[in-house]
Amino acid sequence: MPEILASVLDGLLIGLVYGLAAIGLTLIFGVMDVVNLAHGAVIALGMFAVYLLFGAGLHPYLGLFVVALIGLAFGVVVYLVAVRPIINAPPLMTLLSTFSVSMIIIGVGTAVWSTSPYNVNFPVTTLRILGYTVTSARLVAALAAVLVTGFLYYFLYRTTLGKAVRAVANNREAAELMGIPSQQILAISFGIGTALAMLSGALIATLFPFTILSGGIYELKSFVASVLGGLGNPTGALFGGVILGLIEGSVAPFIKISWTNVIEFVIFVLILLFFPTGLFGGRR
Amino acid sequence: MKLFARPFFWLIVAVTLLYALLPTLGQNVTLRETLVLSAIYIILAANLNLMIGYTGYVNFGSIVFFGLGGYLTLWLVGGHHWGLYPAVLLAGAVTSLLAFLLGIGVLRLRGAYFALATIGINEAVKDFVANFDPWGGAEGIFLPFTAFKAMGGPGKALWTVYLLIVLVMGLSLLVAYLVKRSKFGLGLFAIREDEDAAMVLGVKAPLFKTLVYSLSAFLPAVAGGLYFFKNGSIIPDEAFNLHLSIEAIVMVMLGGQGTVTGAAVGAALYERLRGLLLTIPGLSNFHLVIAGVLLLLIILFAPGGLMGWLYRAWPRLRRVLE
Amino acid sequence: MSRVILEVDHLTKAFGGLLAVNDVSFQMYEGEILGLIGPNGAGKTTLFNLVNGVYKPTRGHVRFLSQEITGLPPYEVVKRGLARTHQIVRPLNEMTVLENVVVGACFGAENLGLEPAARVAEEVLAFVGLAEYRDTLAGKLNLALKKRLEVARALAARPKLLLLDEVLAGLNPAEVERMLGVIRRIREQGISILMIEHIMQAIMSLSDRVVVLNFGQKLAEGKPEEVASDPRVIEAYLGDPEMAKKILEEEA
Ligand SMILES: Nc1ncnc2c1ncn2[C@@H]1O[C@H](COP(=O)(O)OP(=O)(O)OP(=O)(O)O)[C@@H](O)[C@H]1O
Ligand SMILES: [Mg+2]
Repeated sequence: MPEILASVLDGLLIGLVYGLAAIGLTLIFGVMDVVNLAHGAVIALGMFAVYLLFGAGLHPYLGLFVVALIGLAFGVVVYLVAVRPIINAPPLMTLLSTFSVSMIIIGVGTAVWSTSPYNVNFPVTTLRILGYTVTSARLVAALAAVLVTGFLYYFLYRTTLGKAVRAVANNREAAELMGIPSQQILAISFGIGTALAMLSGALIATLFPFTILSGGIYELKSFVASVLGGLGNPTGALFGGVILGLIEGSVAPFIKISWTNVIEFVIFVLILLFFPTGLFGGRR
Repeated sequence: MKLFARPFFWLIVAVTLLYALLPTLGQNVTLRETLVLSAIYIILAANLNLMIGYTGYVNFGSIVFFGLGGYLTLWLVGGHHWGLYPAVLLAGAVTSLLAFLLGIGVLRLRGAYFALATIGINEAVKDFVANFDPWGGAEGIFLPFTAFKAMGGPGKALWTVYLLIVLVMGLSLLVAYLVKRSKFGLGLFAIREDEDAAMVLGVKAPLFKTLVYSLSAFLPAVAGGLYFFKNGSIIPDEAFNLHLSIEAIVMVMLGGQGTVTGAAVGAALYERLRGLLLTIPGLSNFHLVIAGVLLLLIILFAPGGLMGWLYRAWPRLRRVLE
Repeated sequence: MSRVILEVDHLTKAFGGLLAVNDVSFQMYEGEILGLIGPNGAGKTTLFNLVNGVYKPTRGHVRFLSQEITGLPPYEVVKRGLARTHQIVRPLNEMTVLENVVVGACFGAENLGLEPAARVAEEVLAFVGLAEYRDTLAGKLNLALKKRLEVARALAARPKLLLLDEVLAGLNPAEVERMLGVIRRIREQGISILMIEHIMQAIMSLSDRVVVLNFGQKLAEGKPEEVASDPRVIEAYLGDPEMAKKILEEEA
C-alpha cells in the first residue's frame, strides 16, 4: 500500500508539469484555433535552454526565468513567420506550418546535439513528507508548475492585456470592433503558449535525462491532457495533466509502464469521440 | 466513362511499366531499392489524397493502415505459414474493415479534432502492438528464412515483391483517378468544399466519408504487407512511424492536393529530395531542416502545390493531367 | 383545392432557453407559392432548417406528401423531392458553377448518373441564366450570381417543393426583377414554392398565401392583402425598426 501511495504522489507531482505543458497548447488553440504541432519541439528546446544556461553557471531554477523570456520572444517570432500569414486559412495549413517549424527545430537540434541523452546535473535532496519519499526536484517542479499557472490566471483575469487575450479568444471580430489590436494579441498569446511549453520542458529537464526528441512524448501527453480538459480550457488542461499523472502513478505498480501509453491514447480517442468538449467543457 | 479512351489512363499504365521495367531490365538492385521507396511513397500519398485532397479530412495518422497491413501479413506468413498473396489480401481486407468501423466514430469529428484523433489512433495502436506479445511486442516479428522459399528463394522473392509493390502503386493511381472521375468522387469534393451544404444537396456525407476512409486503408495495408515482407521483419516504431505519416501529407501538399498527378509527383519528388539531402555530405544532418523550410515555403507561398502552380500557368493542363 | 404537399404540425425548436420556432402549424398545397415573412430573428430560417432536416425538431412533425419526414437527415429529404436554398449563400467555392449544379442533379430526387446529371445541369443553368458562367469557379461569382447558383442547384435536384430563403436579399432592382422572373417560371413548371422574403412588394405580388412568424410563433396566415392589413402584423413589423424603415422605403 505505501508504495502505491508513493507512486500516486509521484504521479500527481509530474501530472502538474504535464498540465503546465498542456496549458501552453490549449491556450494557443483557445485563442486562435491553431493546434501547435511545434509544441513538442519547443518543449525540447526548453530542456536544452535550461541545460545551456546551467552550463553557463546559472542554477536551473533561476534559469527558468530566462527560459520564460526566451520562450516568449521565440513564440512571437514563430507566430509572425509561420502562423500569421495563414491564420484564416483552413486548419490543415496551420497544422502543417507549425509542423514544419517542428521539423526545423528538431533538425537543427539534431545537428547540434545529436540525439544522445543529456541531463542537468545539479544537487537534489530527498525529502520525507508524511512518511513518503520525494525528491526535492519533483516537488519544486510541481510547485513551479502551480505557481506559473497561478501567475497565468492572474495575468488573464486581472491585467488589461490578459483581458484583451480573453476577449480575442472569445470573439476575434468583436474584439477588433472594440479596438483591441487582435494581431498583437495573437502574437503575444502564441508567445505565452510557447513560453509555457519551454518552461515545462525546463522543469522536466530537472527531473529526467532528455534528448532533442524527448519533446514528442510530452506533446502527445499535452494533447491528451488538453482534450481531457476540453480544448481551449486552461484549467481543464491542468486537471487533464493531473489526471494523466494520477493514472500513470496508480497503474505503475501493477502493469508494465509501457501499457500506460496505450491506456492514455485509448482514453484520448474515446474522449474525443464521446465528449469532444472534454470533461470540463471546452473553450472556457 | 470509356477508360481506355482516356490519355490519363495510359499515362498511369506507362508510369507503372516504367517503374516495373527500369530496374528489372538490368537487374539493378540499387535502382530497385530507390524505386521501391518511391513507389511506397506514391501509394501512401495517392491514398492519403483521397482523404485530404478529395474529402478535406486531414488524416495525420494514415500510416496506421500501412503498419497494420504489415503486421497482419507477417503474422500470417511467419506465424501461420500462409502464402504471401492470400496474406496481403486478407491484411488489406481486415485493415479496411477496421477503418470502416473506426471511421463511423472518428469521422464525426471535424477539422483539428479529427486530425488529433487520427494521431491518437496511430499512437494507441503503436503502443498496443509494442505490448502485444503474439506480435512480438517491442521486438516485432522476424520472418524465418523459409518464408521466402515458396517464392524461389530470397533473391527471386525480392524481385517479385518489388513488382507487386509497383502493381499496387499503379492500382493506387488508378483508384485515385477513377474515384476522381466518379459520382462518388463528386460527392467527396462537395464534402470537402462544404459538408453541410453537400448534405443539403443530397450527398450522404456520413456514408461517403466512411467509405472513402475505408478505401484509403486498403492499398496502403497491402503495400505495408509487401514492404515489410520484403524487409523480412517489422517493429512497431517503423510500422507506425507518425513521422512518415506527416511526410505523406507533405508529399500531397508539395504536388498539389486533390490531383492524382500532384500526389504522385509530390511523392516521387519528395523521395528524390530526401535521398539527395541524405547523401550530400554536410547536408545529411540538415535534411530535416531543409524539408521543414521547404514545407513552410509551400504553405506560405504555393498552397496549391506544384499542380496548382502549373494549372495557373497553363489552365488547359487541368483537362489532361488530372 | 389540390393536395396538401407540406404539413407543418406543432413544430418547435429550442436553442437552450430560446424557442426559435414555437409550436408552428400550417399546411401548404400543391402548386402554391406560400410566402413566409416575419421580422429579423423571427425563426424563418430555423423553420426551413427543421423542414429539410438540418435541425431535428424539439417537438412536432413535418409531413411531405403525406409522408412523415420529421428528423430525416437533409440528404434523405432532398431525395424525396424537397430542395432548398441558403439565405447565406454556400457555393462549393473551388468547384465550377457547372460542377455545383451537377452535384445538385446527381444527388437529388432523381439520383442521376454523372452524364445525365450534366445534361440536367446545363439545362438548369440556361434556365436561371448562368450558362455563360458554367466554367467559372463558384467562389468567384458575385452575390447576385451566387444567389442564382443556389436556386440552380436546388432546381437541379428536380424537387416538387422548393424552399427559397431570401433569394432577393442584397440584389439590385434589375437583379430582383430577373429573379422574380425565374421564380414565376419555376412555378409554371408546377413546382410548389415556400419562400422567405423581406421585400414586401415581391412577396405580396408572388404569393398565393402568406404565413407570418414573430418570435418563433405563427402570428397570422392568409391571403397577402388580408395579412398586410392585419394590425398585429403591422405592429410586429413596426416593432422592428429596420423592417419598418424598409416598408416605408418601399411605400415611397
Ligand atoms: N444554431 C443556432 N443556435 C442558437 N440560436 C440560433 C441558431 N440558429 C438560430 N438561432 C436563433 O434563433 C432565432 C431565429 O433565427 P432565424 O435565423 O431562424 O431567424 P430569421 O427569421 O431567419 O431571421 P432573418 O430575417 O434575420 O434571417 C434567432 O434569435 C437566432 O439567434
Ligand atoms: Mg433567415
